[in-house]
This record gives sequence, structure tokens and C-alpha cells, in this order.
Amino acid sequence: MLRFLARRLAQSVLVILGVTLVTFLISFAVPADPARMIAGRSASAAEVASVRHQLGLDRPLPVQYLRYLGHLVRGDLGRSYVQRIDVSTVVESRLPATLELMAGAIFFELLLGLPAGAFSAARRGTRADKGTMVLSFIGVSAPQFVVGLLLLYVFGYLLDLFPLGGYGGLANLFLPALTLGIAGGGWYARQSRSSMVDALRQDYVRTARAKGAGEWRVVLLHAGRNAVLPVIAMIGLDIGNFMQGVVVVEAVYGWPGIGQLAWQAIQQLDIPVIMGVTIVAAVAIVLGNLLADIITGALDPRIRVR
Amino acid sequence: MIPKDGASAPLLAIEDLAVSFGTESGRVSVLDGVNLSIFPGQAVGLVGESGSGKSVTAMSVMRLLPSPPSRVDRGRILFRGQDLLALPAGKMRAMRGDRIGMIFQEPMTSLNPTFTVGFQIAEALALHGKARGVAAHERAGALLERVGVGPAARRLRQYPHELSGGLRQRVMMAIALACDPDLLIADEPTTALDVTIQAQILDLIARLRAEFGMSVLLITHDLGVVAEVCDLVAVMYAGRIVEQASAARLFAAPRHPYTLGLMESAPKLGQRVKELPTIPGMVPPPGKRGPGCGFVGRCGRALARCAAEPPPLAPVGGPVGSSASPGHEAACWNPVP
Ligand SMILES: Nc1ncnc2c1ncn2[C@@H]1O[C@H](COP(=O)(O)OP(=O)(O)OP(=O)(O)O)[C@@H](O)[C@H]1O
Ligand SMILES: [Mg+2]
Repeated sequence: MLRFLARRLAQSVLVILGVTLVTFLISFAVPADPARMIAGRSASAAEVASVRHQLGLDRPLPVQYLRYLGHLVRGDLGRSYVQRIDVSTVVESRLPATLELMAGAIFFELLLGLPAGAFSAARRGTRADKGTMVLSFIGVSAPQFVVGLLLLYVFGYLLDLFPLGGYGGLANLFLPALTLGIAGGGWYARQSRSSMVDALRQDYVRTARAKGAGEWRVVLLHAGRNAVLPVIAMIGLDIGNFMQGVVVVEAVYGWPGIGQLAWQAIQQLDIPVIMGVTIVAAVAIVLGNLLADIITGALDPRIRVR
Repeated sequence: MIPKDGASAPLLAIEDLAVSFGTESGRVSVLDGVNLSIFPGQAVGLVGESGSGKSVTAMSVMRLLPSPPSRVDRGRILFRGQDLLALPAGKMRAMRGDRIGMIFQEPMTSLNPTFTVGFQIAEALALHGKARGVAAHERAGALLERVGVGPAARRLRQYPHELSGGLRQRVMMAIALACDPDLLIADEPTTALDVTIQAQILDLIARLRAEFGMSVLLITHDLGVVAEVCDLVAVMYAGRIVEQASAARLFAAPRHPYTLGLMESAPKLGQRVKELPTIPGMVPPPGKRGPGCGFVGRCGRALARCAAEPPPLAPVGGPVGSSASPGHEAACWNPVP
């Protein structure tokens, strides 16, 4: 297990290095001159040149990249062109809100998805199975801003059960997390159904039945324990998709997280913020994958020893 | 049938069992009137080519065939006089693993990879209220020792992937025997194992059968296995039992042409193979069987009657010139003399 983790950790570091290289290169492809952005619109050519020299932007690319990496390692993501404060400070202030939203969303995804999938698999081929899968398909494919607005309208406005957006307590979290959770839940329902159908076909399920285990014990314990592994691995893999949804949902509910930050930064061509958010997202995705591996390893004895 | 040592009532009596499966090309009959009895303490071998319906018969007794697509069209499965097919699901569940244990052909995949050996054996005890918690674990350890998997303390904590195929099949035995069943159904328990391990597992089954005083239904391709372990042999062909007799009797004087074909093409004693050697022609697949005897297309002794009318399983005498042999039955209009 330790060797397995060490190898995965090394892979993760490589992936993140790759992401930093790509974001670094992309920052040159963007039609915005950082020196000009910092010096200001009215600055003279000489002023821009001096800023450029100050930032080291006149040095060879590899040198610039190494400097950039050096800053990153120290937690320095650069300075925002627009807000003129450290990107790390901006990101730090936004991160808790997004993490909270993600935790809530994962909660709803699993709460809706896993039981629906297990139920569908256990009733495979019946009308209940088909109905559940149609619902999950609707959940996956409905645009999130529509779902978000609909939930907001019904539960926030008509029924007045939840606040109409904004950041704060659990009541504020409920609807945005549910919006993300409906899409994710539909997806997990499909994944856990196929994972469960697969597990239910295995020989050990026949053994469990031959022992005299009841149907629900067979489904939830014997097949479930095996079926849940690939699904859990997906939570980690899912964080990438998640980021897209987060941008939309944060906009609909006015949730002050990373998604909103990224959206604003893109509109303002605030490159250091865009790069910073990208790297934070990459780290989150890599950590998610790593976490998935650890959880899978903890549950699957075959991986644990390897 | 041959009752063993005065026991009068069969433990298991399969009567005229017919099972069919719904498939894309319609409903096909797989078992077409199977009759088979097992008396207490008796070991019965069920042999036959691939696809003849041996596993379907076993799974019918356990009521573990998925339904749909499977359906029991007629017949009864009496276990101690009680029709298993008529039992409510809960009562049937209580039978499985308690009164009837089963092991399978695939030792590598039949254990759950995510639970320890100890848990999987203890679960069988707990499911039937025999023991729980620490007590169940201790009994699981004792069972492991009995099936020859030691040291139990260490094995209990291991996962299936840490064990060889032979050991896994022994663990399966421990699970099947945990509740001291009356009947053990072993569906080709050695087919997937190495030859030396095969012999060990067969010895184990023979020894535990005596120790536990249980009956055994041993399904196999391998006539050598049957000769070693079984009191009685039933030969299955195309969804029916075509001949049955004591093992010695059957080997000495087979009466059904199919049985004879099996023997003539069987390898020499002691030499085991995974598949039975072939008899010319093919087993008619379910759905392609005519109204008469299933073997008619491959039989050198076929009469006109054979294609039209299915021969019933009926007592047959010994070969010409010998004394009649009680308990020897064959389903044939023109048996081998
Ligand atoms: N789920 C199913 N659907 C349709 N047909 C089935 C199904 N299960 C079994 N059958 C058919 O039933 C017939 C008998 O199968 P069975 O598994 O009992 O054979 P067997 O005698 O055990 O053969 P083997 O020696 O290969 O294990 C086969 O022709 C098979 O195609
Ligand atoms: Mg079989």
C-alpha cells in the first residue's frame, strides 16, 4: 500500500508540473501583454519596458518558467492585475465557499445516486428500473442553470423554504448543492447501476445466495461492497466535471466561490488569477484522484497489498 | 433406486422436473422430466456432456435459477418429503446453506474478494442463527481445520486472493458445511483445479461425507471421479436422466447406448480429462429436440419408435445370461444387451 501510494504521489506531482507548464505557455498565447496590464493603459513605452524588465518578462522562456515554478512552490501565485492584491489571497478567500458547495453537492450526489442505482440494478429490466434510469437521464442532461433557477423559483420563491441565494448557513447551501447534486446524482445512478449489475453477475453473489443470504443482503453487502469501489473512484475523477458546474451554479445563486472568481477573471483577462485558479483546480483534481485511490485501496484488499 | 442400509425414504426426490428458459428465439425446454432420488448418506454422481442440464438441475434444487428467464413447467423437488418448489421464499432461503450446501466449479471467483475468509464462513453460521460474533469466528476456525486449511488463526484473516484455487475450494467447502447440511451439492468442484489438487478435493469430499453423515450430489464430466466417490450414478442426456445404477453396476454393464458410448470413449482409469471424449454427432441444443429420445440422431441402435416416443426410465435386467440387477434403470427402447 505504501509503495502504491508513493508511486501515485509521484505521478500526481508530474501531472501538476505538466499543468503548470501548460498554464504558463497559455499565458503567452492570450492577447494581453502583462507588462502593459500592470503598467496601465496610459503608460509610456519606456514605462512598460521597465515593468517588463522588473517582472523578468524579457528573460528567456525556460528561465521565466523556473522562476514561476519557484514562486508557486512558495505559494506565490502572482498578483491580480485587476484587484492588485496577491492571487493566493483572493483564492484563499474564495476557496472555503467552493469547498463547502462541493461537499454539499457530493452529499446529494451520493444520497440520490447510489440508492437509485442499487435499486435499479436489483430490479433490472422492470418498469421501476426504466423509470429510475429515465429520471437519472433527465437529471444528467438538464442544463444546470435551468435546474438551478427552477429550484430557486419553486423552493426559494414560491414555497419560501430557502433563501434566494447568497452565502451563509446550511439553508443557503441547500439549493446550490442540490442543483449540482441532481446532475451528479443522475450520473452516479447510472454508474452505480452498471457497476452493481456487473457485481450481481459475479460468482460470489451466487455463493452468497447459496449460503442463504437474503436479497437485500446480497445486493447491499455482497454486491454493493464490490460495486461501490469503481463508483467511489469516480468521485475523485468527477471533480473536473464538477468545476464546470460550479461556475454555473455559483453564478445562479451568487455563491462567492472559485467559480465566480474564475468567471470574472476570464472576462477581465486577469491572467494571474486565471492561472492561479487553473492550478488550484488541477491540484484539487489530482488530490481527488489520489483520495479515490486511497479509499479504493482501503476497501479493496487486492489493492491494499500491492 | 437403491436405498442405503435400510433407509426407506429418499432425502431428495426430484420428480418429473421440467424447466425451460425464455430466450430471444422463444421458450426452450432444458430439463424435460428429470427423475432422481438421493437417499440419506448416499453419494450420487450426475454425469453427462456439456449442456445436458446438470447445473440447471442443481440450481433448480437450490431454487437459484434467475426467473425470468427460467421457469419450472412441471414436477416436484421433494426434500425430506417437502416440496421445495412450493416453499415460500423465506423458508427456501432458510434451507439454502443450512440443510443444503453447495459448492461450484469456479473456486477462483466464488468467494467475495472484499471479505475475509473468516467473515465469509462466519456469515454462513450467523445467517442461520448457529453462532454470532466471536463464537461464529471460532467455529469458522474449527471448520477451516476440518477442511484442511490451516493454520486457522492466520487463514481466517486472509482474503481469497491470498489463497490458491485448491484452498479456496476448501474454504467453499467450509462455508457449505458450516451448518452441517443434510445434502451437499458439488457442481464440478474439481474441473478448474490441477490434477493433484483434484484428487485431494475428492478425497476431502469423500471423507467429510462420512464425517458429516451427509448425502452428496456430485456433478461431473469425469467418469473416473464418479467411480471413486459415488454409490450411485445417474447419466444425463439432453435434459433427461437416461440411465442410473450403482457405480459398479453401471461400469460393468451399461444398458443405454449413450452410457456405453461414454464409457468406450472414456480415458483409462486414473487418467482424468476436463471434457468427456466425444461421441459422434452433437447434443441437440435445447429447443431443437424432437418428441422422441434425445439421443436418436447419434444412436447406432435407434428404432423407428425412438424418434417418435420418449422412452421412460424403467428397470432393466442385467446383460443376457446374468442375473437381473435391481435398481438399474435405463430410458431406452432398444437397450444394449
Ligand atoms: N439462463 C439461461 N438462459 C437460456 N438457456 C440456458 C440458461 N442457463 C442454461 N441454459 C441452457 O441450459 C442447458 C443446460 O445447461 P447446464 O448449465 O445445466 O449444462 P451442464 O450440463 O451443467 O453443462 P456443463 O457440463 O457445461 O456445466 C444449456 O443448453 C444452456 O444453454
Ligand atoms: Mg454445469
